[in-house]
Amino acid sequence: MVAAAATLDRRTAVAALLRDRGDLLVVSGLGSPSYDVHAVGDSNANFYLWGAMGGAALVGLGLAQARPDRRVLVITGDGEQLMGLGGLATIAVARPKNLVVAVLDNGRFGETGMQESHTARGIDLAQVAAACGLAAQVVTDLDGVEQARAALLAPAEGPRFLLLKVGPDKPPRSLPPRDAVYLKNRFRAHLGLPLP
Amino acid sequence: MQDGLSAKAQAGATSDAWPEELYRLLKAAQVRQVSYVPDAGHARLIELVEADTDITANVLTTEEEGIAIAAGAWLGGVRSALLLQSSGVGNCINMLALAAIGRFPLLLLVTMRGEWGEFNPWQVPMGRATEPALAAIGVRTLRAETPADLLETVAGALPLVFDSEQQVAVLIAQRLIGAKKW
Repeated sequence: MVAAAATLDRRTAVAALLRDRGDLLVVSGLGSPSYDVHAVGDSNANFYLWGAMGGAALVGLGLAQARPDRRVLVITGDGEQLMGLGGLATIAVARPKNLVVAVLDNGRFGETGMQESHTARGIDLAQVAAACGLAAQVVTDLDGVEQARAALLAPAEGPRFLLLKVGPDKPPRSLPPRDAVYLKNRFRAHLGLPLP
Repeated sequence: MQDGLSAKAQAGATSDAWPEELYRLLKAAQVRQVSYVPDAGHARLIELVEADTDITANVLTTEEEGIAIAAGAWLGGVRSALLLQSSGVGNCINMLALAAIGRFPLLLLVTMRGEWGEFNPWQVPMGRATEPALAAIGVRTLRAETPADLLETVAGALPLVFDSEQQVAVLIAQRLIGAKKW
């Protein structure tokens, strides 16, 4: 379980992944991934989590099941996903064809002082996801991100997992709105759903 | 969807048919996704939702997953419910912040343990903590002591959850379910 070299800049990687995103629905996990997604450009089709640690991929699952006609991309971090490892088993059993979970793996708990996470100490999240039965892929360069982006658009047999190895840098924060009711309502309005 | 209060439901409520009646209530309220961690008290309802091709059923590794899944479902316009036992409420607490601060509709159907006829002392602490823990995080608790009471409680909870976007836990008394056969 030798970690792949971290060669990606997280902001560049997320921007590449979200380029020409079309009708993609995006859920972002607590911390830097929410900033990264917001930095690309705010969208009514983004739901940013500011808490619920361990839940990002599962919010994505619920959404993917509710909207099988749309593609759902979860972008989260290694620390956030580590708190919800069991969720990968739940997603694998549910087998949504329209869900991709992308983990930005810097091997750090970035919000709390950049302490090393388990992925910096030998745990390979892509292998965990693969063992659960997700189609898992490790991405270490921009070509790989571009291929992954193209694959987002292609039909899939089941849930997919992308591990993007990013550096432990901390780009300036790009803060999305923190009002979850606002984020929820505008997301639902984007899908044509009524306000309460 | 309040037809759970019908004569038929009342009749059903006097027997062991309450899981079927509960299932019909959820169906009538257009609940299309049900997540669960198995519990003996929910065994029949789990069978019914697993067998229903119009309901997406998710088996969870831990109950908190269901809080996140339900929020995602609501983002996509689908009504979801979570089946769990009282011990699982303890696993949910931090994730419940998502439902509370996002005002996400949330229906928890909680089978109680550790409060009546309980043979396993390890169930007692979380059974005792279930109601205060939910109240502390902002989830309303409605307690049902009999099958008829349960169906009326759920019938009342459904609009509160999905029309008023509230977070409600229906606590199904252990006395209603019966002590676990051992």
